[in-house]
Amino acid sequence: MKSLFLVGLGLSIIPSLLAVVPIGTSVLEYAGPAWSPYVVGALIGVLSMFTFYFSDKPLGASTGYARVAGMIGKLFAPKHTESLKYYQDNQPAVDWEVMVVFGAIVGAFLAAWQGGELTGEWVPAMWAARFGEDSLGLRLGAALLGGMFMAFGARLAGGCTSGHGISGTLQLSVGSWIAVISFFVGGIATAMLMYRI
Amino acid sequence: MSLATETPKKVLEEPNLDVIDKGGPEKDLPAKKEFSAKPLILGALFGIIFGYLLQKGGVAKYHVLLGILLLEDFTVVKVMMTAIVVGTVGIFTMHSMGLVKLHIKPTRYAANIIGGLLFGVGFAFLGYCPGTGAAALGQGNYDAIVGVIGLMAGSYLFAEMSGWLNKTVMKWGDRDKLMLHEVVKMPLRTFLLIWIPVLILVLLVLDRLTTR
Repeated sequence: MKSLFLVGLGLSIIPSLLAVVPIGTSVLEYAGPAWSPYVVGALIGVLSMFTFYFSDKPLGASTGYARVAGMIGKLFAPKHTESLKYYQDNQPAVDWEVMVVFGAIVGAFLAAWQGGELTGEWVPAMWAARFGEDSLGLRLGAALLGGMFMAFGARLAGGCTSGHGISGTLQLSVGSWIAVISFFVGGIATAMLMYRI
Repeated sequence: MSLATETPKKVLEEPNLDVIDKGGPEKDLPAKKEFSAKPLILGALFGIIFGYLLQKGGVAKYHVLLGILLLEDFTVVKVMMTAIVVGTVGIFTMHSMGLVKLHIKPTRYAANIIGGLLFGVGFAFLGYCPGTGAAALGQGNYDAIVGVIGLMAGSYLFAEMSGWLNKTVMKWGDRDKLMLHEVVKMPLRTFLLIWIPVLILVLLVLDRLTTR
């Protein structure tokens, strides 16, 4: 464990050094959050208490996508989908986890609409600044690949930044803390290579 | 008059904190025969609130999420850590009153780390996570549509490999439902009395040192 910790520490020093020498646009040139992150965080914490109490479930997101994928799989290749271990253990169906994801889309729309922050864009400004105004293809390719890596990684790790990152960590689950640290090590290294080299 | 004749009003037993029930089997049971709309309605409601909060917190924005990965914008960490502090206190308090059950996720060193790193790479590529991706879509970031397709494809790809992965990677470093206080061999309440102030301190330091 000690050597693992030292390796992790060593790996995190490199991106930290890179962060001190910014190449390219600073993220802070773009608008920040509408509300205080502490208020939002506290309310999400309270929301977690509600989901535990009323639904007996921890807040999470990645499972919803896995379920919908399974339902699509059952539509086009039912026998094959049903033969897969993951879908035997986790029956694809529209249930609580799927509704949370749908609800999140609606809730964010309401918040953005109310706050005048609806974007209506295919390429984020920061991406265009780095990769060019013509980079839609690259952006969509990265988005597709990114989604695939994330979902695969989330299923393997057992959750995403909501499931592990919030619900798991607040229950003191060691696996969740390990997963969250890994999320950020992988993400920081990759983002630095994309934007700071 | 004997006090022993008074019956306690709590419906659930107060759990013995030395032995914590960490939650049932992680495999979902096959779909129940009776259809119940209640979980769907509650899920939708909680989802709407979640999405609303995520957007207001700025974490549906591409540059805010990349911002933490570039170590320039710490909004994401502030949101997550505050949620963790409030949630830890709230949920363990409710648990000690017998009001909620825990749902501890399993610790599997290899799967947590490898899966986590893969997730991180994908996170940098897409610039949204599964939850914030849904929020980004609601906010009008159309590239999140492609992200959603990728998330579903990646889930199915995992399912394809799940048989093999379950027999190999998922078994390496399996520590069941290990909790932090067990690693340091402290009783839960004592651990929390130290842990929560430490987290709050980190948040205060972060607040001092960062502009965002």
